[in-house]
Amino acid sequence: MSSSEISNGVNEALPVIEGWFTMDKADAHLIGSQCTRCQTYFFPGKVTFCRNPTCEGDTFDAVPLSREGTIWSYTDAQYKPPEPYVAADPFEPYAIAAVELAKERMIILGQLAKGITVDDVTTGMQVELQLQTLFSKDGQDYVSWVWQPKS
Amino acid sequence: MSVGSGSRNHKPNSLLRKNIMSRDVVILGAGMHPWGKWGKNFVEYGVHAARAALKDAGIKWQDIEFVAGGATMRNGYPGYVAGATFSQALGWQGNEIMTCYAACATGSQALAAARAKIQAGQCEVALVVGADTTPKGFLAPQKGERPDDPDWVRFRLGITNPTYFSLYAQRRKDVYGATDEDFAAIKVKNAEHGFSNEYARYRKKFTIEEVLASPMVASPLRLFEICATSDGGAAVVVASKEYADRLGSQRQIKIGGISTVSPKFASADVEMPDIATDSAAASDAYSFRASIAQKAYEEAGIGPEDVSLAEVYDLSSAMELDWYEYIGLCAQGEAEKLLRDGDTRIGGRVPVNASGGLACFGEAVPAQALAQVCELTMQLRGEAGDRQVKDANVGVTGNQGLFGHGSSVVLQR
Repeated sequence: MSSSEISNGVNEALPVIEGWFTMDKADAHLIGSQCTRCQTYFFPGKVTFCRNPTCEGDTFDAVPLSREGTIWSYTDAQYKPPEPYVAADPFEPYAIAAVELAKERMIILGQLAKGITVDDVTTGMQVELQLQTLFSKDGQDYVSWVWQPKS
Repeated sequence: MSVGSGSRNHKPNSLLRKNIMSRDVVILGAGMHPWGKWGKNFVEYGVHAARAALKDAGIKWQDIEFVAGGATMRNGYPGYVAGATFSQALGWQGNEIMTCYAACATGSQALAAARAKIQAGQCEVALVVGADTTPKGFLAPQKGERPDDPDWVRFRLGITNPTYFSLYAQRRKDVYGATDEDFAAIKVKNAEHGFSNEYARYRKKFTIEEVLASPMVASPLRLFEICATSDGGAAVVVASKEYADRLGSQRQIKIGGISTVSPKFASADVEMPDIATDSAAASDAYSFRASIAQKAYEEAGIGPEDVSLAEVYDLSSAMELDWYEYIGLCAQGEAEKLLRDGDTRIGGRVPVNASGGLACFGEAVPAQALAQVCELTMQLRGEAGDRQVKDANVGVTGNQGLFGHGSSVVLQR
């Protein structure tokens, strides 16, 4: 994977958590695992033994998860979370969505894109995955996935 | 996706034999230290509660054969070995000890351990204690860079406890037509219930307008609708029914059932601290929370229709509505009607959180599930004073916390 796409400033941007998503801004995906035996998906993808209790699988393929989904619910954060969250000063509230992926039949949380508030979304709305700088620390940008309502 | 609650009855194992042990276990005594932000060592709260429970039971500390302690994670080594810590503080006397930690279900797991010890005939009478001293503000993860810990990861991404509470609250609004006024009405109800409870931390009545005027924390939930963290301690003395009868106890309350089940894969609940649910691509989806009370009901041989009152985990005002459905007081989507009809207030058909709930207590993690049991014990004995529920014969608790823990206890008069 390449992180050159979202280079911003002196240092190349880094993922907020290594290995959880591609750094290709044009085609952002969360990276999950899929059990080669029972086909169950896992996110985060770090899994050694299949957690489906009826499956004894222990080999997994790294797979890109669907980059579009449906809002299951949403909220926001009006107060600054504790560390290890790195907040802007002054703190900027942000919105969060829980998004259901149809193929994987799972719900994944994430912040909504900057500027999107709870008034802009509804349960059942279609969203897609994007990459965005979550915070900057010591001149280094850190990138996360965010959900963006589809226009 | 369709979501089942996953009764254990589906388990296809012909080797299982249940109900071999039929020895009844009863609550002999209950005691608490008032909830608050007292800033003292957690051991003080635990010993205060333990002594109160022993006095209530009418037995001496030296009579106790087994101590089950609920661990606390924020008070150093003494907290990790709480069973021993409380035993030493009460005075070493050669009792057996154990300590367990199960997040919010800690107290119930300790109670389950004591019950099992008695059912197995290894002891007759045991003490269960949980107590905590908590820091101010958000519960935060351990320090350091720990990307393999889901609790660390979610805080890194800005996902706090209120995030999860509010995702459920917003979904109730969008799917079942809950209103901000419904959520505030839960707070108002519980504040009224807890007003006369000497063990509650917050004893102040609110109006719906006051609740709705409190600052927004995580839309749609406001400050007065989200549970605080508190100091507190709770303890119960449990014994075999034979022991209680020999003692001549007239106030014993039967433990009808205890559930400490885990979730079933694929768990469909958006659950702290996870960033994603299980994938149901190759499995059926189950609701963990809806499965918790089922096992306790099955053990007790009763159903939700038999329940006189319930103590449930109102981590947020809105979450109490979810609990009405999880413990079967009404069908999914009907909790708002139950609330609006006044069924769940004291004087209604099935009062919920007569103690005042977490709204009036705040959460003292290892003590909280035991506090629910203490309240039901007082209610079923008819000793709850101004908040007494009439004709209280059967009580149920519902409780749920991080990392797949949950519990439900059925008590019967």
